[in-house]
Amino acid sequence: MTPPGFLRRFMGRPTVIAIPYGWLGLFFLVPFLIVLTISLSTADTSLTPPFTPLIDWVDHKALQVVLNLGNYMFLFSDDLYVVAYLNSLKTAAISTFFCLLIGYPMAYAMARADKGIRPILLMMVILPFWTSFLIRIYAWMGILNNNGLLNNLLLWLGVISEPLPLMNTPTAVYIGIVYTYLPFMILPLYSTLEKMDLSLLEAAADLGCRPLRAFWLITLPLSLPGMIAGSMLVFIPVVGEFVVPELLGGPETLMIGNVLWAEFFSNRDWPLASAVAVAMLLLLVAPIMLLQRSQGGSPHARGGH
Amino acid sequence: MNRRPVALFTFLGLGYAFLYGPILSVIFYSFNENRLVTVWSGFSTKWYGELFRNERMIEAAITSLKIAAMSATGAVVLGTLAGYCLARMPSFWGRTLFAGLVSAPLVMPEVITGLASLLLFVGLEQMIGWPDGRGVDTITIAHITFTLSFVAVIVQARLKDMDQSIEEAAMDLGARPWQVFYLITLPLILPALVSGWLLAFTISLDDLVITSFVSGPGSTTLPMMIFSKVRLGVSPEINALATLIVGIVTTGILISGMLLLRQNREKERSAREAAGG
Repeated sequence: MTPPGFLRRFMGRPTVIAIPYGWLGLFFLVPFLIVLTISLSTADTSLTPPFTPLIDWVDHKALQVVLNLGNYMFLFSDDLYVVAYLNSLKTAAISTFFCLLIGYPMAYAMARADKGIRPILLMMVILPFWTSFLIRIYAWMGILNNNGLLNNLLLWLGVISEPLPLMNTPTAVYIGIVYTYLPFMILPLYSTLEKMDLSLLEAAADLGCRPLRAFWLITLPLSLPGMIAGSMLVFIPVVGEFVVPELLGGPETLMIGNVLWAEFFSNRDWPLASAVAVAMLLLLVAPIMLLQRSQGGSPHARGGH
Repeated sequence: MNRRPVALFTFLGLGYAFLYGPILSVIFYSFNENRLVTVWSGFSTKWYGELFRNERMIEAAITSLKIAAMSATGAVVLGTLAGYCLARMPSFWGRTLFAGLVSAPLVMPEVITGLASLLLFVGLEQMIGWPDGRGVDTITIAHITFTLSFVAVIVQARLKDMDQSIEEAAMDLGARPWQVFYLITLPLILPALVSGWLLAFTISLDDLVITSFVSGPGSTTLPMMIFSKVRLGVSPEINALATLIVGIVTTGILISGMLLLRQNREKERSAREAAGG
């Protein structure tokens, strides 16, 4: 490399980094700091925007900073929020479990399919993920309704004599979430399983290990990074899910995303909505770090091959 | 492995049925003549006609398409830069933070991102008078911010796969960095940019939650409109609209999928040639 070229390359570097860095800093990082500050202010719907400023000049002389921890206290004192939080965690955990249960065998079968059809199998998983989220949830409304497809089918088959109440139940919410988030689970699982060195299994078989035992001792531990990444890719966004419980759920499936939405849009309590968001983020710190670690580990695994 | 467990592939088939069944049911019933969605009474395309006569729906669709096209373009520019930084610059000040900022929007619950973006716009308006109210501009900025991550991931993966020696050779021959980027890197990652653009476009077109937070009067997007209708229950017009959207998205994916597939084949072929020669 010629020295001037090297120099010029370095002069261009800061600009190339600064543009996306600056954009994400302004439009992604700063907003979170603003959420944090506004969660400490007091709601006042007579103002625009509807909260009191945190920092104020009193009589143009003194700088007054008012930190209001009341929003956070309120979150813990009112059952509604605690229940919604716990419900979100429960829903996310159960949905993640079912995504893993369905996604693992699918990813496994895809990874063991003929090399030629693997890209097609993969594209068939990605395709619904690109299709409108809203419409995929909507599709289940038509299926789970009292006079929907599933109930009609079961009635026609004579399995049931009157429609099962499926809509607006936790079951409907689980189905909707598993359905929409399944590709997030399959993709990382598939990529770890596909990279796996199959000679390990052959070696195990040669040494007299039964297939099921080999799976348990070799395949499963080796696919752990994919399982963690997939689980976190499902768990984290599901904790804050709004659309699925709103459309398929009922009063007993209230999740924290719906509470935030209601506080913001119906009650116009922006500080409380911000406090809900901050509390949700705190809940997600551990899963996000787990995800980062599992992704940080994958280049190493790739380098090994 | 030469043994193919039948049960495993049956399960895979059932999995695909689970993924596609609901979508197919919507498409099927969009041609139902009956207003009661799940009671079949004959083939008809009348709901499509009704859809095209719904002016508010068409207006919302145009707004959504405009926002999606602008967001996708912005996301490709910024996402390519971000992906390039992450793939080609092993260390710079605050790289960990930067990597975190690029990947966080991928998993961040949308209610949080939406609320945060809105509060930023409100704060900016108070401080510098911009943006003046909320609408298409603020939606576009918010969409660029969270879709650029998807582009960055795709571009970064493509750049890591790419043979870096071509870039180095051009540099050795005296090409300037931006020349190397324009003449070598950019053409090689073009398929990734196309699929990144399409992905950003469909995600933007589809977004409801973030959009609802940062939209203003007069900037109702298609998902907002669908959501307000769908809340009241299933309707044949929405079935027709869903079918159109699925059709458009599928076409887009197939095109980008074929681009990626062709690129992979070329990569394999050149790898074979390199190994053979």
